[in-house]
Amino acid sequence: MMRPTDLTIAQALDALDRREVSAVELATAFLDAIERLNPRLNAYITVTAEQALETAKASDARRAKGEAGKLDGIPLGIKDLFCTEGTRTTAGSNILDGFVPPYESTVSANLKRDGAVFLGKLNLDEFAMGSSNQTSAFGPVENPWSRANDPAKRLVPGGSSGGSAAAVAARLAMGATATDTGGSIRQPAAFCGIAGIKPTYGRCSRWGIVAFASSLDQAGPVARTVEDNAILLASMAGFDPRDSTSADLPVPDFRAAVGRGVKGLRIGVPEEYRIPGMAPEIEALWQQGLDWLRAEGAEIVPISLPHTKYALPTYYVVAPAEASSNLARYDGVRYGLREDGRDLKDLYERTRARGFGAEVRRRVMIGTYVLSAGYYDAYYLKAQKVRALIRRDFEQAWEKVDAIVTPATPSAAFAMDEKQDDPVTMYLNDVFTVTANLAGLPGLAVPAGLDAQGLPLGLQVIGRAFDEETVFAVGGAIERAAGFAAKPGIMA
Amino acid sequence: MSLDAATVRRVANLARLRLEDQEVGKLQAELNGILGWIEQLQQVDTDGVEPMAGGSPGGAALRWRGDAVTDGGQAAKVLANAPDRAGDWFAVPKVVE
Amino acid sequence: MTYTLEGTTGPWEVVIGLEVHAQVTSQAKLFSGAATAFGAEPNSQVSFVDAGFPGMLPVINAECIAQAVRTGLGLNAEIHLWSRFDRKNYFYADLPQGYQISQYAHPIVGQGAVEVTLADGSTKTIGITRLHLEQDAGKSLHDQHPTKSYIDLNRSGVALMEIVSEPDMRSPEEAGAYLAKLRQIMRYLGTCDGNMDEGSMRADVNVSVRRAGEGYRTRCEVKNVNSIRFVMQAVEAEARRQIEVWESGGTVEQETRLFDTARGVTRSMRSKEDAHDYRYFPDPDLPPLVLEQGWVDQLKAGLPELPDQRRARYAALGLSAYDAQVLTAERETAAFFEEVAHGRDAKAAANWVTGDYFAALNRLKRTVTDSPVSAKHLGELLDLMADGTLSGKLAKEVFEAMLEADEAPGAIVEKRGLRQVTDSSAIEAVVDEVLAKNADKVADYRSGKDKLFGFFVGQTMKAMAGKGNPALVNEVLKRRLA
Ligand SMILES: [Mg+2]
Ligand SMILES: [Zn+2]
Repeated sequence: MMRPTDLTIAQALDALDRREVSAVELATAFLDAIERLNPRLNAYITVTAEQALETAKASDARRAKGEAGKLDGIPLGIKDLFCTEGTRTTAGSNILDGFVPPYESTVSANLKRDGAVFLGKLNLDEFAMGSSNQTSAFGPVENPWSRANDPAKRLVPGGSSGGSAAAVAARLAMGATATDTGGSIRQPAAFCGIAGIKPTYGRCSRWGIVAFASSLDQAGPVARTVEDNAILLASMAGFDPRDSTSADLPVPDFRAAVGRGVKGLRIGVPEEYRIPGMAPEIEALWQQGLDWLRAEGAEIVPISLPHTKYALPTYYVVAPAEASSNLARYDGVRYGLREDGRDLKDLYERTRARGFGAEVRRRVMIGTYVLSAGYYDAYYLKAQKVRALIRRDFEQAWEKVDAIVTPATPSAAFAMDEKQDDPVTMYLNDVFTVTANLAGLPGLAVPAGLDAQGLPLGLQVIGRAFDEETVFAVGGAIERAAGFAAKPGIMA
Repeated sequence: MSLDAATVRRVANLARLRLEDQEVGKLQAELNGILGWIEQLQQVDTDGVEPMAGGSPGGAALRWRGDAVTDGGQAAKVLANAPDRAGDWFAVPKVVE
Repeated sequence: MTYTLEGTTGPWEVVIGLEVHAQVTSQAKLFSGAATAFGAEPNSQVSFVDAGFPGMLPVINAECIAQAVRTGLGLNAEIHLWSRFDRKNYFYADLPQGYQISQYAHPIVGQGAVEVTLADGSTKTIGITRLHLEQDAGKSLHDQHPTKSYIDLNRSGVALMEIVSEPDMRSPEEAGAYLAKLRQIMRYLGTCDGNMDEGSMRADVNVSVRRAGEGYRTRCEVKNVNSIRFVMQAVEAEARRQIEVWESGGTVEQETRLFDTARGVTRSMRSKEDAHDYRYFPDPDLPPLVLEQGWVDQLKAGLPELPDQRRARYAALGLSAYDAQVLTAERETAAFFEEVAHGRDAKAAANWVTGDYFAALNRLKRTVTDSPVSAKHLGELLDLMADGTLSGKLAKEVFEAMLEADEAPGAIVEKRGLRQVTDSSAIEAVVDEVLAKNADKVADYRSGKDKLFGFFVGQTMKAMAGKGNPALVNEVLKRRLA
């Protein structure tokens, strides 16, 4: 048999069913791997070893009685943005210092309900604000991949779900939860050579997930294969009456869709995604992906999404505005960090200045400014209107195509010491992913190839609202054609 | 539009972020860099466009719940994380209205 | 008559607008399932939503929407089928989320109007600008510790209706009458209990002053005034302050002030450096609130009769304007009256309720809701008078007995033998005795001292222990003295 940490979720479920492996063995293997590699990768903020072994034991008992759930015994990591009852939740920030939620997020509760075993809480950019996992108060996460010509150079895993992506790529978890506000699932998945899907806004409940930008945040899985993503999403998703933006729709059989094929599908190629300065390797991979799909019977259709170039600036108005309000609750009164002050205002100001890192403070400032008197119309209202145009671009595209394929990121993973000089350079990482958040659409990143340095590159599939099935079908076809089998240098 | 130092301080005050004097200049430059880049939105013709508020792709309507008491009765849990408390109250430095 | 305040330089007119915060009557909070009951232990009615915990999300309470619509209908206002919740961002110790969810740009209820009746009997229409739903904040206690404030979040998230008036009021009396009218309408509708002592209704009072014929001058907002009397006092105190400022050559600054009830003056509330910039924006956690016209129509059809309609109906029954006003002031009083009057003479019922009954309530310090006498028994008392069993005087005696134990008046009459004597032969016998005993006075009467008739009536009644039918006693006396 394969090493337990090399199993995909689909394989592990089969192996568990055939009693070739136990949940306790799986958990033990992953906890060992974490113990060995986490000190270097820093993917986990909190490891819940004891709890993992206990739940794994209970899982084996359930399976023995024939009562196993859909994910029974599968060891997962949880992004530390999901509140977990009784387990410290940090959002990658000092401001939540010592916070232990007395409740469980809906998404993680759904996974528990189906029998998943939680290994621990995964590192992330502070409050999910970042594209490199370097804004975490718990230190950066290292990408388990490295450049062939400079293996000592430490690369970023992408962000904000950098801990999730790095852990899954390095076999420190079989899959993980993640969240995506502007690309925070897809960009790190692409950087780490794994797959990840941001489902349609409203598909997964946001209840119990620390909010960054409420109209953009959406939970989703990362895992090594498209099929594993489908399995995880089926458990995570579903209507939640506690989230007023949760969609009251049945959860389709995502797993079945993965193998459906693309024959007869019309695949859109947006002209505007050919941005100046895009690496030729990315351009080539994109073309390669389209060729694969054509070969499988899809029709490739050039389309236009004319407002694409305004998506990032729109995002950097909407997201900070919402964040400035969402993060107002971190005031040192009811939970988390408190810095004493001479009066309440002073307490607030000291607590928040010390508790939030530089990037969070920057975005709270931007968000406060664009909502403030005299600037609301010029910035916030304007951005909402451009957002409407971006959504309309997609609606028009859906008249011609069934899915859209683009590169996932404009580059492969960069080094920890690159792109630090100015925030806007860092923001450009999300140029291909952010449109799906603004329009609320599902987007899947699939590993599809390597660059000249041996670093993974991913393609992105965007679909219609609540049509994750087509997205999985296209992603599955790309995955099969690409046959991506490369492995990171640092791996359990 | 570009922020002057006074505006940076005013915004920090609104956001309740303590700002040390030596931080103002750097932050001002960073914010102006970001806002300058955002400025390109002004090029977009948005006449007659309905702003998109909220993230639901289809523009969902609000769902209502019934009027029933289903929550509360958990002061211990509500207060468990409090940095300072007095009995079952949260405590903060005295507020003068 | 225009109300004015006399300054040193002449008369000033007062302009008043009210923003009334009324707690919606509901079991649970606006966006959480925690209870709204008054007086609970601190932080015992708090969900993690109300405490602003990470990842918590609001879900709206249907009943709060219905109550807002009912109130809007009761204020003759436009119901907006499309409305939205916005966030009002500011930091305050008892505001756990760092924002209040409110309806800023698109309220659920638009323009309306209410008519108030003033002491001189005149009426005035006060415009309603809007009504919107919003969350209440928690409660800070500042007097429990020398250096700390204590925070209780039980109120945090309770649904409020903010009802904003036009600046249509011109005197403390009008402001008081308006607030009383709002309270009355909402209590009739059952949408707000109007308990001002418990904070169920608070008013922000916007006051400015001006010379006759001028446009508006700068106004100040006196926050959170919690009784009708204090609203009236605050208006006058604030107007007098502003007049002094203007007359001494100063300028009134737009600001938020507090009414010091002990000293009867207003004082500035928050420091000026803290300029308010609430950064309203649509709450991304809450899609727009969409109502169906059919549902609104259904609520409208289910509304109870409102005080104005009821007053008109009472007037049509022949009640005086005063009685109609008094009997409709509280929904419970009107209900009591209706039960007493049911199938009986409405005027007689109104006289009894507003007369002896109200006097008894006053004396006993009771209210209609804990009435010492049931409406049913009071009605039966009226029947006993109507059928001649009781004279007015006897009825009062029976009523006094009823106050002691809410017994049926018929039973009291039997037990105490209070039935009035209507047998004329029995009355004649007593009259003859009285006249025989007072032969000198009979002579005086016959020689022209008419006033003595009352003396004979009194003596006869006394001899009959008050039970003689007064009409018969009169008649017999007249006949015998003729
Ligand atoms: Mg107000
Ligand atoms: Zn209000």
